[in-house]
Amino acid sequence: MISARSTSPLAVEMRGITKRFPGVIANRAIDFEVKPGEIHALLGENGAGKTTLMNLLCGLYEPDAGEIWLKEQRVWLRSPRDAIAAGIGMVHQHFKLVEPFTVAENIVLGSNRTLLREAPKRLNLRLQRLADQYGLNIDPSAQIWQLSVGEQQRVEILKALYRQANILILDEPTAVLTPQEAQELMATLRMLASQGTAIVFISHKLNEVMAICDRVTVLRDGQAVGTIAIQDCTERSLAKMMVGREVSLFRNREDEAQTTNHKPQSASPPALAIKNLWVISDRKLPALRGLNLVIQPGEIVGLAGVDGNGQRELEEAIVGLRAIDRGEILLTGKLAHIPSDRYSMGILTEFSVAENLVLKDVQHPPFQWKGLLRINYILKHATDLVQQYLIRTPSVKTQVGKLSGGNAQKVVFARELNRDHQVLLAAQPTRGLDIGATEFVYAQLLARRDAGAAILLISTELDEILSLSDRIAVLYEGEIVGEVDRASADIHHLGLLMAGKRERARDEE
Amino acid sequence: MWAQVLTWSFGVALFTAGIRLAVPVLLAVLGEIITERSGVMNLGLEGVMLVGSLAGFITAHSIEQSTGMISVAAWGGLAAGLLAGAVMGWIMAVLTVTLRSDQVVTGVTLVLLGQGLTSYVFRQNAGLAGARVKGLDSWAIPGFSDIPIVGDILFNHNVMVYLTAVLVFLCWFFLFRTNWGLELRAVGENPAAVDTSGLRVDHIRYRAVMLGSALAGLGGAVLTVVQLNIFTENITAGRGWIAIALVFFSRWQPGGAMIGALLFGIADALQYRIQALGFKNIPYEFLLMLPYVLTLVALLWRTGRSAAPAALGIPYVKGER
Repeated sequence: MISARSTSPLAVEMRGITKRFPGVIANRAIDFEVKPGEIHALLGENGAGKTTLMNLLCGLYEPDAGEIWLKEQRVWLRSPRDAIAAGIGMVHQHFKLVEPFTVAENIVLGSNRTLLREAPKRLNLRLQRLADQYGLNIDPSAQIWQLSVGEQQRVEILKALYRQANILILDEPTAVLTPQEAQELMATLRMLASQGTAIVFISHKLNEVMAICDRVTVLRDGQAVGTIAIQDCTERSLAKMMVGREVSLFRNREDEAQTTNHKPQSASPPALAIKNLWVISDRKLPALRGLNLVIQPGEIVGLAGVDGNGQRELEEAIVGLRAIDRGEILLTGKLAHIPSDRYSMGILTEFSVAENLVLKDVQHPPFQWKGLLRINYILKHATDLVQQYLIRTPSVKTQVGKLSGGNAQKVVFARELNRDHQVLLAAQPTRGLDIGATEFVYAQLLARRDAGAAILLISTELDEILSLSDRIAVLYEGEIVGEVDRASADIHHLGLLMAGKRERARDEE
Repeated sequence: MWAQVLTWSFGVALFTAGIRLAVPVLLAVLGEIITERSGVMNLGLEGVMLVGSLAGFITAHSIEQSTGMISVAAWGGLAAGLLAGAVMGWIMAVLTVTLRSDQVVTGVTLVLLGQGLTSYVFRQNAGLAGARVKGLDSWAIPGFSDIPIVGDILFNHNVMVYLTAVLVFLCWFFLFRTNWGLELRAVGENPAAVDTSGLRVDHIRYRAVMLGSALAGLGGAVLTVVQLNIFTENITAGRGWIAIALVFFSRWQPGGAMIGALLFGIADALQYRIQALGFKNIPYEFLLMLPYVLTLVALLWRTGRSAAPAALGIPYVKGER
């Protein structure tokens, strides 16, 4: 089997690929290869060039230098159409599906060249057969917006298979899935690989890469650090390759058992108490349905759950951006808020670092005097915070929109944590951040907890919840379906709760 | 006076005229539905209709003058309106699809271009003032036109009325029963999905904008060549704007467009008739307002953007999330 693989032509061979964007070199002379039937991880931090490299392979960009070979044939992929014709299918991180269309309509979009459409019944039947053939559970007549994220991902995979892709690229495919859905995806990918499909698995989650891939290519700063067989590496060695130095994130995860002995001040009154909270979503449906949650000073409560189960609405209700339908939120002290979408709620991208840092205090002295801004104080304040929070910015007058995601998030942290607060609401605080910035965020959150703040951590990353929380609550369809102490938390049980299997999860115990 | 209004013949004449007057607006609404379904909002409809109405009139007039063939002149004029509309659509597409300029600003500019251009050409050609064309005769559909009342209202019109009714169906068929229509609607909902499916977003939008504007240009030509038989400055009198409102009313459905346009047409016919009956105590300006006010009121109980294409008004930039 192994020898057959090594003699068969490479499915993909990229040689010396260079891609420049204005001001940055996203890919610098990268060599990358995938064998048929192999699951090959493309690992790297945000901005390392993974997505750019794969966008070159699926025809969205053209390389400035270098060659792409498929099955020992030189190819020029000038458009997604060329890539599709060459058998390359990509499942993007943000799905490219038309929401009001049916599954079937999305799958055949662009590939049926007849004038008249195929009769829906016949089409659905045909696609049902295709789905069954690959063991993918999909209803072709359902509309996309009715589907869960995991189902939508299956639609994307089936769409690629319908176009007879023999090279399948998945960009951070598990980021939006429950652990169970991720397990299902892994099984599907293994099955496809066993049928000879070459699979590229883009990720920054080391445990997944270790669990499913045959080989891994690590990118850092637009360059390929190396390609190794998975049996020759460990999570720690991969992390080091990825970041270029030893990483302390693992200490949090592995040694957390000791630090969680930390006792919240449960005798004191709760800092944040949410009682029977009902909130209506933009779609005019109840997004939160009688949610109850209490947080004591000095503890981090992690709210786990798949995206779209009411996290956004809860966040907005707590900070007062969304009206409460029923119930109450009791807050003792002041609130600091790390918003889930920093670009729409946390910062003004067109404003400078200094302006963003005083955004909430600009009406108070010393930043204003009789309605006039006191620029010197504002700049001094910004310079101090930039040093204190290690924000990497050319100057305090730089627009925040020009900073990397991690540094923009540091601006939010600096502003929020520098203000007086007893309760901290951190929603998806590491979304889109690389390992270095994630380390920073974790350290800040733990430091605030140790200083006595009550922290509500809303996150869809279960690893993050497990690393930081003292107590874990699971949100499903607007309700808390389970609450466990960190010490007794078990990932399988949490996964079942996140999938809404409240009763069965209990029965199994 | 009310006795004159509440008669069968008044009603028949009202609805007959209403259907006729609905045609130019309906063509523009159908065109704009196609354009907006692809994600481009062409607010320049009023300008497109004006250019179509002048191009159609000049073409029909010169063919009539040089050859004397009346129906050739009329059809030639209508074809010219269609073409002129497509050219205006091409300008809109270059600016908004290729150069990605703001659709609202560009659309409004297109109206100004249409108004300025038609006024200029009209004033430069002294022969156009007071000129008339013969247009199209009515053609009673044999058999059907003899049905009492219904026959008169529905089956005794010029051919453009029947053609427009067929176009409503064709438009629906195109959007919902062909692969082209599927791709066009997909571009309006999520252009990135279409791009990654191996289709050209810009090509589809060019086609949609040009086809939509061609229909609006045809609507303008119907107004001057077939219905009024003359051209004056700003002859479309806001019908392009009404058409945009009616697209919302229709919820981007050709069937809804027909209902909306008929509502406008019948209100328009009613205000003509009331003027003719001589209600002296109502200033005629108020009567002129009637169809526009009615259309806006009708729009009120069909508000909500829920039916609008998700990517409406947003330029597509490749590779952006």
